[in-house]
Order: sequence, then structure tokens, then C-alpha cells
Amino acid sequence: MNVPPDLKYTDSHEWVRAEADGTVTIGITDHAQAQLGDLVFVELPVVGRTLAAGEACGVVESVKAASDVYAPIAGEVTGGNDAVVGAPEQVNADAYASWLWKMKPADAAALAGLMDAAAYTKTIADA
Amino acid sequence: MPKTTPLNAVHRALGARMVDFGGWDMPVSYGSQIDEHHAVRRDAGMFDVSHMRVVDVCGDGARAFLRYALANNVDKLKTPGKALYGCLLNPDGGVRDDLIVYFLREDFFRLVVNAATADDDVAWLARLRAAHAPAVTLVPRPDLAIIAVQGPSARAKAWQALPAIAAPTAALAPFNGVVVPDDGGEIFVARTGYTGEDGFELVVPATRAVAVWQALAAAGVRPCGLGARDTLRLEAGMNLYGQDMDEAVSPLESALAWTVDLASPRDFVGKDALVASPPTRQLVGLLLEGAGGVLRAHQKVHTVEGDGEVTSGSYSPTLATSIALARVPAAVRAGALVHVDVRDKRLAARVIKPPFVRNGKPLV
Repeated sequence: MNVPPDLKYTDSHEWVRAEADGTVTIGITDHAQAQLGDLVFVELPVVGRTLAAGEACGVVESVKAASDVYAPIAGEVTGGNDAVVGAPEQVNADAYASWLWKMKPADAAALAGLMDAAAYTKTIADA
Repeated sequence: MPKTTPLNAVHRALGARMVDFGGWDMPVSYGSQIDEHHAVRRDAGMFDVSHMRVVDVCGDGARAFLRYALANNVDKLKTPGKALYGCLLNPDGGVRDDLIVYFLREDFFRLVVNAATADDDVAWLARLRAAHAPAVTLVPRPDLAIIAVQGPSARAKAWQALPAIAAPTAALAPFNGVVVPDDGGEIFVARTGYTGEDGFELVVPATRAVAVWQALAAAGVRPCGLGARDTLRLEAGMNLYGQDMDEAVSPLESALAWTVDLASPRDFVGKDALVASPPTRQLVGLLLEGAGGVLRAHQKVHTVEGDGEVTSGSYSPTLATSIALARVPAAVRAGALVHVDVRDKRLAARVIKPPFVRNGKPLV
């Protein structure tokens, strides 16, 4: 299972990448897309929305089931990946290239509280 | 401990995602269920449906027995090989199962029934037999495996994989079946399916299932799982027992009136109840308008004529949108706009008379 070492992770299977400009980019992990199966619908939080850590803010839906996605940390939504909305199957093809949304964190230090690749790998192995 | 078909190890070796389906360990898909769906519409795919049950009805009086037990009329089957789709009903008109019956000889009819209902169906038929047709014998056939090969190239690839069946089935008409004698036991070839495509359902001794599957794979038939099976049958407007109908509803409220012969004077189980109760609801197709989610079973449907409920819903790979079957008031018309509660939203959908897809082409 693919778990890039340079990202952070949540136990709800989101990945988080810290960008040079202080924003974060968020998507769902390879494990998540494999569990869901072929994605057919994606709903993203609107730009400008303020999210609390752990808040349900979007949906990824496969043929089988719909699944909420959650804000890994608190912050404000700064962008959404419209390409993925138009072609949800891209997330299955490459979960790490197919980001979902970007945020400006309320507190940059909150990233340190997320799991690293080793910890996330362990949680999905134990599942 | 779930039951397994003779092909279980093959599915696992192919890396299938497995699921418990009515007590059977079955493959949902081998990778992308959408790709599997497209393979059936465009080329050829195969499904292990050995969890379904063949039940042979043999002996003197087999036809008369089935004429009474089934809601469709086996007297329509005049030529050996011809088959009929229909329902097994309760005396109150509720649906116990849907099935296909093949007429092979006056003293030999073959039924294929659903997996989850197989034991109950056999027990029910046994009770009817004891009361009405004691000279008939019922022979459940758990010794047989079933592989459904479906798609525009399905028959050609099946002939390539199994040369012994080619000549005997070259002229086999749709909705007909024939027994092909073969070393290693006979193969029953039926030109039927649950996908809306042409193809064969191959009924073989369980001991031959793996060899037949591997031969089909070598001929270029793609393994397909239950996920694709569901999206294919939904596009084809075919009901799924246990979701679109069950013992609590009549076939007349399940878009199955065409499978019930009420015109002839014969008596059959459930006839009186159906004649006494005109339906107040109907099963229709729904096509989602715009994006917004996926229509799914149990979602509430709001219409001008009153509320209803989605019975089956999914994503249609051929139409690239969501489709469903829904039970709504009888007054709802095809073409009407309705609204469906999908998670926290009300999404618009158009009422459609199924099927949604025919011969691989959208009808909507």
C-alpha cells in the first residue's frame, strides 16, 4: 500500500501536504480509494468556508457507498480541485496527485499533531 | 462460515475483493468494477453464479405441476429448449422468488433460482408437490456450477474456449437452452443472462468449473464480479429479488405484470389474490438530473402524486450518471420530474420506463 513519507495523515484516511506558502493541500489516501472502489462523485467544501479540526466538509462517493471527508486541522478553504469533481476516477488512478482541497491553517503548529507515514502505515496494517 | 463455490480459490488468486453475499463468499470485483461493466457492454465478461441453484423438476405431470406453481404459464413453452422468466408467488400474491424455467422434455423441466432463496424455494415446491403432484420428483442440483458469459463477443469466445459446444449451440435462439453431452459430464448451455447483453449461461459439473473458467479466460473473457453484475442488470431494467420485490409486494407492483399470465383460465398459486387487488403502486425507473450524488435503495421519493421509495439505485457507467428503480404511486407518469432525498439534499430525477440501455446503447 502506497504511503508517501513526506506527507501527514489522519485516522480518517486524509493525507496532508504542507506547501511553501504556508497553505496545506489535502486528499484521500491510496488505502481509502482502494477501500471505496471506483469513485463516481466528489463534493468539496466551498472556498472561503472556515472549518474546525475534524469537521465533515465534503463527500467522496463510489459505486458502493458515500464517505465523508474531514478537515485534518482548523483553517479556511482556499481552493478546490475542479478537475477531480469532473473526473472522480482520477482519485482511484492516483490518490496523491488528485488533491481535493487547499486550506490556510488557523495554526501552522497543528500539523505536528497529525500522524506521520510510519504511524499511518501501522494503523492501516492493524485495521 | 460462508459457503464457497468451486471457483473460490480462482477468485482469490486473481486478487478479487470478496464479500459475504447471502452467506456465500463471492467476488465483488477484481479491480475496477466500472472497467468490468464496460467489458461486458463492449466485449465479453464472465460471472461465477454458482451460488444460484438449479432445481430439476422431473416425471409424469411435471408440466401440470409447474403450470400451477408458477405465475408465468409454462404452456407457452411448446418447443424443447424454450425458457420463461417469471415469479414464484405465495397464495397472498407476494413474491417468493423470480426464476427462469427451461422446458427440456415433457418429463424434465429445469429451474434456476436465486441463491438466498434456494432452500426456501425447494421446501415450498416440495410442499406443493406433496399436495398436488406426488408423481413429480424435485432434484436440487448443488453438484452443478454456473458461469455466465455475457457481451457482444461472449458466444464467439465461449465457442473458442469450448469447441464441443459450438455446433450444438450455433443455432440456439435467445431464451433457449440445450444439454450438450461431453466427456467429463454434460454442459447445459442457455442463451440467457442478467446483463441485457447476448451470451450464454454455462451449467457444468462442479468438478469442471475451474477448467471451463480458465479456458474462457484464455479465450479473452474478462472475470467480472457482483459489483458489475448489479450495475449491468440495473441498466437493463432487470429486477433484483430481495430489493425490488419480496414477499411483501405483488408482481403487479414490481413491473412484473408482463410475467404473470392472468389471461388463461388456469389456476395458479397467488392468482386469486392478484385478481382481487388492483395495484396502487408501480415500479418505475429514475434517471438523476444533474450531478449531486448516487440514488440508492431506501431513499425517499417525492412526487406530485405522493411519496415513494427507491428500491435499487447505483451509478450507470454507460450513461455516466445515477439510475434507480423506485416504487411510487400508480398515478405517476413516465417523463415526470420527481425529487429524491439523497443524504442531506433533494435531487431531481426523471421518471423513465426501463430499460435504460439496450444492445450497449443508451435509451435515455
